[in-house]
Amino acid sequence: MSTKGRVVGVVSNLVTIEVDGPVSQNEICQISLEGVQLKAEVIKIQGKRVFAQVFESTRGLKVDCPVEFTEHMLEVELGPGLLSKNFDGLQNDLDALSGVFLKRGELTTAFSYEKKWEFAPVAKKGEKVEAGDWLGEVRENWINHKIMVPFSFEGLWEVESIAVKGTYTVKEVIAVLKNTAGEQRRVTMTQRWPVKIPVRAYANKPVAFKLLQTGVRLIDTVNPMVEGGTGFIPGPFGCGKTVLQHIIAANAQVDMVIICACGERANEVVEIFKEFPELDDPFTGRKLIERTIIICNTSNMPVAAREASVYTAMTIAEYYRQMGLKILLLADSTSRWAQALREMSNRMEELPGPDAFPMDLPAIVANFYSRAGLVELVNGQTGSITFIGTVSPAGGNLKEPVVEATKKVARCFYALAQKRADSKRYPSIDTIESYSKYLEYKEVQEYLQENLEPHWVEKIYFIRDVLLRGKEAYDQINILGDDSVPIEYHVRYWKSELIDFGFLQQDAFDPIDKATPLDRQRYMIDLIYRICRMDFDFDSFGDVAAYFKRIINQVKQMNYSEFQKEGFEKFEDELDSIVMERKKS
Amino acid sequence: MTRQPPAFTTVYTRIEQITKATCSLRARGVANEEMALIDGRPAQVVKILDDLVTLQVFSGTQGIATDVDVVFLGEPPTLRVGPDLSGRFFNAYGRPIDGGPDLEGKKVPIGGPSVNPVRRKQPSELISTGIAGIDLNNTLVTGQKIPFFADPDQPFNQVMATVALRAGADRIILGGMGLSNDDYLYYRRVFEDAGVLERITCFINTNDDPPVERLLIPDMVLSAAEYFAVEKKENVLVLLTDMTLFCDALSIVSNRMDQIPSKDSMPGSLYSDLARIYEKAVQFEKGSITIIAVTTLSSGDITHAIPDNTGYITEGQLFLRRNTDISKVIVDPFRSLSRLKQLVIGKRTREDHPQVMNAGVRLYADAANAKTKQDNGFDLSDYDERTLKFALDYARELLAIDVNVDVETMLDTSWKLFAKYFKKEEVSIKKELVEKYWPKNEDGR
Repeated sequence: MSTKGRVVGVVSNLVTIEVDGPVSQNEICQISLEGVQLKAEVIKIQGKRVFAQVFESTRGLKVDCPVEFTEHMLEVELGPGLLSKNFDGLQNDLDALSGVFLKRGELTTAFSYEKKWEFAPVAKKGEKVEAGDWLGEVRENWINHKIMVPFSFEGLWEVESIAVKGTYTVKEVIAVLKNTAGEQRRVTMTQRWPVKIPVRAYANKPVAFKLLQTGVRLIDTVNPMVEGGTGFIPGPFGCGKTVLQHIIAANAQVDMVIICACGERANEVVEIFKEFPELDDPFTGRKLIERTIIICNTSNMPVAAREASVYTAMTIAEYYRQMGLKILLLADSTSRWAQALREMSNRMEELPGPDAFPMDLPAIVANFYSRAGLVELVNGQTGSITFIGTVSPAGGNLKEPVVEATKKVARCFYALAQKRADSKRYPSIDTIESYSKYLEYKEVQEYLQENLEPHWVEKIYFIRDVLLRGKEAYDQINILGDDSVPIEYHVRYWKSELIDFGFLQQDAFDPIDKATPLDRQRYMIDLIYRICRMDFDFDSFGDVAAYFKRIINQVKQMNYSEFQKEGFEKFEDELDSIVMERKKS
Repeated sequence: MTRQPPAFTTVYTRIEQITKATCSLRARGVANEEMALIDGRPAQVVKILDDLVTLQVFSGTQGIATDVDVVFLGEPPTLRVGPDLSGRFFNAYGRPIDGGPDLEGKKVPIGGPSVNPVRRKQPSELISTGIAGIDLNNTLVTGQKIPFFADPDQPFNQVMATVALRAGADRIILGGMGLSNDDYLYYRRVFEDAGVLERITCFINTNDDPPVERLLIPDMVLSAAEYFAVEKKENVLVLLTDMTLFCDALSIVSNRMDQIPSKDSMPGSLYSDLARIYEKAVQFEKGSITIIAVTTLSSGDITHAIPDNTGYITEGQLFLRRNTDISKVIVDPFRSLSRLKQLVIGKRTREDHPQVMNAGVRLYADAANAKTKQDNGFDLSDYDERTLKFALDYARELLAIDVNVDVETMLDTSWKLFAKYFKKEEVSIKKELVEKYWPKNEDGR
């Protein structure tokens, strides 16, 4: 018999419930209000009184409204049919909801229970299997969706029977498993998993080493991300966080992208709804939407479901990772999730930490980021979750609690700079402050040297040095004046500008320039590298700017042209002759 | 909103606790967010614990005695929506302040549910205002939400009224919060003079009215807007001024409720509170709600919690600034941004729009750097000199808020100024566009 209770208090979306039996922390309960069921999660227990955050508006809630506890934590349903769907934070299928406006308490299943899938067995009768092992597969869009031993199964199991090739619905039994104690369990194509618990049905978690191409030059070449890596993008509003995430979502070389729009603008999600079914996946030629799942809890949707949305997204990512896929998970923005935690902590009258955020914020953020990574599955294959979150720091101040908490765990730091955005230098990732710790990893360096070129890492450090020297020279010029510094300072500054304008800046709205494949990045950085290493003759500082502007203009025209086609090569020839004009022999 | 209690309701006569903005009493069967009348003053339930109910009294609690009549109305705040909203002026409770009749339409609870994101359409209709600082650099689109960031001494109400009248919306709904009586009369006169009163509905809280009443204004305005946009399929333009005063009212209430303040004494829920309002901006298949708001700043500080949270929610911001070189108020090209402009520029406008816009702003930024050099007493290069001259013309002919031309003219003017001061390779624009649009004559024609 499940525990029951009644509402005794309401303030905003925090409800106090008096219970008649045992309850557990994070248990889900249903509050009945005039025939509508409101989902809520237990967040604090005090004797017979339980505090729960309601995932819906609490308007109209009264004392004595009946409550029923479910004995389950917040769970998602996993199985074929998740791909290309648009879910809310609690995994309701938004397209299946009725009406223009969201109705309180309306629920849907995550995917169709009726649809028949073409199932092919992988495991054989008598085989020993454990949680996460592949029993069979179905074709979902273009992915071989593995049907796995449910993650909740402990220990070793033997396949007693397995369904033959044929069509089945997700709720039909496709295998019967037996463990050493003789317990028999029937397995269907679906399973449920509590979102706040990481899926650990893998063998081990090795160091991530393989470069993940995003098409963004400032990331791939200068601050590389790896498959199974973590990164975050903090930035004040208006610096292009969301545009950058969309570009990455559309162009990253991965099997699947999960986008979690957490407490952000609805129109941004609408943009994805509209564009992804039209845009092509640059690697397979299929439509982008075929590799995408969207979890969408926009800023005007219930606050408590914001927290749920990031966990829902992560759990779905883990599920697909277990099939040996490369998953990219993007969350925009983790600050909204932190704010949701703050609102709740405030209502519970907990003692506040910095900026009124809850004291355990860094721990929550760290736990979440550490669910990303490269894993070796129990069958020897690998899968990965690369996680990139955005952070929206209050007042653009990078010393605020969410940025600081995230900086401790995320390995890549893509700080967006207001100054760059103001002067329309996009992407506005700060070229000096940003970093990728992966560039220092021995495993990553080896991979880059082997797959790009032998001295790649040195080259990148050289480029970074030119940028830093350019900035120092610029500061000197500004302090001392144009003519009070050696001409060499101007050259230094303009070489860094060449890297910035000619390589780092990218036009997100130009069909060619918006994403650059790695081989083209390598070609262009090589060209710029060579110019940066040259010595030039100048008579006066005024000549330096004019000359480099011509070079920059030429490189930009190349960026706008199709790679190694006629126009591109014409601009390149012209560039060569400009370079020869002043090159010291 | 009705103020008549339904028949046979319980009347409570014992208030246990009174603060500046709230009253608490023991009552049963009360619903969260339900309205009540305390001695005839509208109040709303904000907290229930066992039989102790806390109400927020919109007009303040001055003079309320512990034994006055308290009647619960059995419903959340509501507005009667219908065609009779047209051409009318109301207070924060939706009651006429223009001497006209009470509303008779359908009663709807205000602050209703959100639109399912998958039912939204992508905004795609350009709103043309004639102001180049907006149309050229920060193009607005129907279904967008965008505030003016301005210091209190800047003419934001005038600019907003201009934008509203030129925008060509089917309907304009004004929400005035803490509006000075002069500004209220200004809007009234402008709408009357333009002969558009029939397309206008106003909900007004002036600074004579109790501040907490302001909290109802945005929801009232947006309920009316949703009626026109959803049921009448109209393009509705919502004007909200001044959202900073709305936020101040929020902080008063949260303070009285003993909540721990976060940054700048604002409630921790400020982001969600503002998002709930601004996210009502929407584009439907037919019909839309566009929100243009005003957020006043304290000496241009956009890191304050109010503009900061607003900026994260809205789709850009229009920043008004006084340009002393030309003695005019301009739309600041650096701090202003319209996030939805990409949906229309170069698509609904001429192909060169995106690149011309960027080049103009970049050159204006170069001028700002040159100016810094000049201020520090350094010699200026020839290029610096040219950018400074360009900046003057650019501000006068394009950025000033008194400009009123169409987008094509704005683009032509930009090219004319580029050609007047720069060489082709200095503007850093795609070659094919330069060849097509670069003026043929020296004088830029």
